[in-house]
Amino acid sequence: MSAVLPRPPVLPGPIEWLRANLFSNIPNALLTVVALYLIWRYLPPFVNWVFIDAIWRAPSSTACRAAAEAGACWAFIDEKHRFILFGTYPFEEHWRPGVATLLFLALYAVSAMRRFWRPWLALVWLAGLALIGILMWGGVFGLSYVENERWGGLVLTLILATFGIVFAFPLSILLALGRRSEMPVVRSFCVIYIELIRGVPLISLLFMASVVMPLFLPSGVTVDKLLRAQIALILFSAAYLAEVVRGGLQAIPRGQYEAAEALGLSFGKRTVLIILPQALKISIPPLVNTFIGLFKDTSLVVIIGLFDLLLALKTAINEPAWSGVGVEAYLFASLVYFAFCYAMSQYSQRLERDLSRGPVARALKDT
Amino acid sequence: MNDAARPAPQGPMIEIQGVSKWFGDFQALKNVSLRVGKGQKFVVCGPSGSGKSTMIRLINRLERHESGRIMVDGIEVADDVKAIEAIRREVGMVFQSFNLFPHLTALENLTLAPIWVRRTSKQAAEDLAMELLVRVHIPEQAHKYPGQLSGGQQQRVAIARALAMRPKVMLFDEPTSALDPEMIKEVLDVMIELAEEGMTMVVVTHEMGFARTVADNIVFMDQGEIVETGTPKDFFAAPKTDRAKLFLSQILGH
Ligand SMILES: Nc1ncnc2c1ncn2[C@@H]1O[C@H](COP(=O)(O)OP(=O)(O)O)[C@@H](O)[C@H]1O
Ligand SMILES: [Mg+2]
Repeated sequence: MSAVLPRPPVLPGPIEWLRANLFSNIPNALLTVVALYLIWRYLPPFVNWVFIDAIWRAPSSTACRAAAEAGACWAFIDEKHRFILFGTYPFEEHWRPGVATLLFLALYAVSAMRRFWRPWLALVWLAGLALIGILMWGGVFGLSYVENERWGGLVLTLILATFGIVFAFPLSILLALGRRSEMPVVRSFCVIYIELIRGVPLISLLFMASVVMPLFLPSGVTVDKLLRAQIALILFSAAYLAEVVRGGLQAIPRGQYEAAEALGLSFGKRTVLIILPQALKISIPPLVNTFIGLFKDTSLVVIIGLFDLLLALKTAINEPAWSGVGVEAYLFASLVYFAFCYAMSQYSQRLERDLSRGPVARALKDT
Repeated sequence: MNDAARPAPQGPMIEIQGVSKWFGDFQALKNVSLRVGKGQKFVVCGPSGSGKSTMIRLINRLERHESGRIMVDGIEVADDVKAIEAIRREVGMVFQSFNLFPHLTALENLTLAPIWVRRTSKQAAEDLAMELLVRVHIPEQAHKYPGQLSGGQQQRVAIARALAMRPKVMLFDEPTSALDPEMIKEVLDVMIELAEEGMTMVVVTHEMGFARTVADNIVFMDQGEIVETGTPKDFFAAPKTDRAKLFLSQILGH
């Protein structure tokens, strides 16, 4: 009989944990000490500034700073949140962009759930976006008309980002497929498009969209500034996404194409049923990376004078009453952007896990 | 073989006439001709790189031939997309590396083409799929994904997937070469059963036991040419060419 060794303890005690993770060798121990020092030195003052000494209500930044040991002036956000969220939208109509923002959030939430990934989800989106359009523009159902020059704040950021992703993503799939096409005309067009667009900064595209494009339109035809910026954003993101999708397509082994061909599936069916599901799944991390980039890139529309979240904040801190609250304003903006981007990132990680675990779970259930 | 034009009552299932194929400047097939009648079983063998895969991949247009003529069940294999799709519906293919669709269950692998190409109802496709999984002896694996199956099981699912299109011809390209030895038999058994049911088959394989049991004809290829064709009995007992003798001594030797 061979000796049965006792299984080593599964959960080591706190001392063992510390030794294994924080003090395993001298460099590690040094890093731990330095990190602890930095935390001890800077964290308490930061917490003080952000929470404990913060001024939550005040009529102006001077009032904020009047208090001894004054911390962050969150009163600024409190006073200006309507402007930050809704920009120059008529004040008494703020409920409209408010509801539109909530509608966006609801659409995201519904789409995040895989059991709703059914064809009718497209209709839900169509209805949702139509409703958002009606709310924002008005002019019907007794709502007063609000031209989109006056839209702004968070809702504008959400509009640009959402339409950006919803249109750029399918376009990017077509571009990626086109780049791999055997038809020289299609392939060259896609290559030239992707390389040209990726080769210029988004800012210059936005400038071109706002300054150059009107010169080429026949007189009398006007495309409004928001739409032009939106188109520039879509075209720009599509080029980047196309390369991400192409990377996914390249990872699919030849045998998958051949097996699908041998079964008599046409090009379209092969692509939609066999290739894209696999290619997009492995592209989730870089896709979400690009989506996050797109979300933040929407802030560049300030360049052409669109009143997004960031420009609204900037305008607000330029008011004499609120001078000197730049740090608070930009921290707040970062927090809003971070909330959305972090949510996207977390969701993509969960999706990846579900997609690779789902099959196994389903199979185990059946055995 | 100059009676090809005459509509024979028992016309050939596959007719390859004087076909050549180049990859760039390299000629992979040189004036190859082959005729496979309905219900016949051909085993193709030959050294690696001799053009076996290329030849059978021409039959369902996974490769395109530059000269010569190929007919499958009376349809010419040419650039016409409709004709190619018609041929692919009639010709099933099994690959060395299985090529199952990893994002679909075994059952979904089987029902996909019948539903989307043959426009079969989902119910009918699933019934047929289950029937075929029984036939390849793995009905209990229906809801597993390819990644959860052994190589032998995957290859049997791949055979069933091809059969789900109710093909008239089955092409096999070294179906057991990627398998561990203990799994080869389970796949060959399925293929023997299929042969006994009367399927027309072209099988590239070095499994000479299988060739003896099943084949009507052995085709020996070397350097892009069909060097020798004959019944297994003749081929194994008395290969006519030195190249075939050498090849046989190499694969049967030890
Ligand atoms: N796609 C291809 N491109 C270039 N050469 C190829 C290609 N496919 C096959 N060949 C060449 O053609 C010859 C025959 O290949 P193949 O039909 O796969 O041989 P076998 O199946 O008998 O081993 C080989 O020399 C191989 O290198
Ligand atoms: Mg081969």
